[in-house]
Amino acid sequence: MTAALLLDLALALSAVAVALWTVAAKRAFEAIVGFIAFGLLLSLAWVRLGTVDVALTEAAVGAGAGGVLLLGASARLGTRALAEAKDVPILPLRVATGLLCALLSGALGWAILSLPTPAPSLAPLAAANLAATELGNPVSGVLLAWRAMDTLLEAVALVLAVIGVWSVAGDDAWGGIPGPAQPPRRDPALRLAARILPPIGVVIGVHIVWTGADAPGGAFQGGTVLAAMWVLAWMAGLVRPPAVSSRKMRTWVVTGPLVFIAIGLLGCFLADGFLAYPAAFTKPLILVVEAALTFSIAVALVLLLIGPPEAAS
Amino acid sequence: MSLLADAFTVVAVLAGLFFLAAGTLGLLRFPDPLSRLHALTKADGLGLGLIVLGLMPQAGSLLGALKLLLIWALAMFAGGTVGQMIARVARRDAS
Repeated sequence: MTAALLLDLALALSAVAVALWTVAAKRAFEAIVGFIAFGLLLSLAWVRLGTVDVALTEAAVGAGAGGVLLLGASARLGTRALAEAKDVPILPLRVATGLLCALLSGALGWAILSLPTPAPSLAPLAAANLAATELGNPVSGVLLAWRAMDTLLEAVALVLAVIGVWSVAGDDAWGGIPGPAQPPRRDPALRLAARILPPIGVVIGVHIVWTGADAPGGAFQGGTVLAAMWVLAWMAGLVRPPAVSSRKMRTWVVTGPLVFIAIGLLGCFLADGFLAYPAAFTKPLILVVEAALTFSIAVALVLLLIGPPEAAS
Repeated sequence: MSLLADAFTVVAVLAGLFFLAAGTLGLLRFPDPLSRLHALTKADGLGLGLIVLGLMPQAGSLLGALKLLLIWALAMFAGGTVGQMIARVARRDAS
């Protein structure tokens, strides 16, 4: 009991310390390193709270993909970010910002402390009806059956994000291969890693998706691992993605949401309504949706990380 | 038997923590980037390895123990790769 309490206290204190360090960091790069470390500490905290699904998502999507996106953005801004850092806002503005942030934190803390105990929860209802989905993991049941609309919208949001990234491409570069005009620097150690890791990473990514039916895991976490393997091979200069004008590439990005919508529409005719599964085929249909989503999530994340095309192919 | 496994776990994890602490000390105290990297990658690999070795009897199943071993191997590989890359940049910046 005491040992667990000490561990939790140490975890909570280091999370707050790293968060403060991230905010106080002078340079963007340091702040991003702090943000990634903060995400990993946060995912340990989620494990301590018994929500391994959230911990996996935080580590893979929050700290991992989010951190790499920020690193890419900071590298792209380069010297411009440094010039802006010298441009310190006036004191009253800084004080006002601090006060408003403190007010928001205080309000959030008060809202959490004033929640009724026990907190209102649909968890018992979800657990009681889990058998109908033939899934063993209640989180997957919620994400793909009862709250399927949320998951569908998340997948669609990723497609919109890819369109957003592509839309900042210059007119002369449009239709080219995504990413900087110069291929990434070829580092021998990175090339070795990019040859050895992907076979292992692909198995782990698929395992995380597959095991998501009965244990913590799922399409977003597994898709992020798959995306990481592709980005690794891209960074090492071993592969280049197809041009943004290629129909194949665009089909890959929308496959997941389209399959999800098609199966959802099927529910209108064969079951109770949009996104309802026919009782006899619940598990197989969920697996099909998961597989298609994983594939499209991986492709979309890769395209987000690589960025818009910067030169015509 | 379980007492023996527990004792082994405690000794191995403590030894692993010692190496992790030594690696951190090296990171903080050593004078130049290459020495700091040296301390960090070597000592952390060994420290994590000892912790994994210590946790393997507690994994409950052979598959669980093998997964722990895989995690150590992946962490070693990633650490070695990143160490090489940082060292290359450090040497380029120094010269």
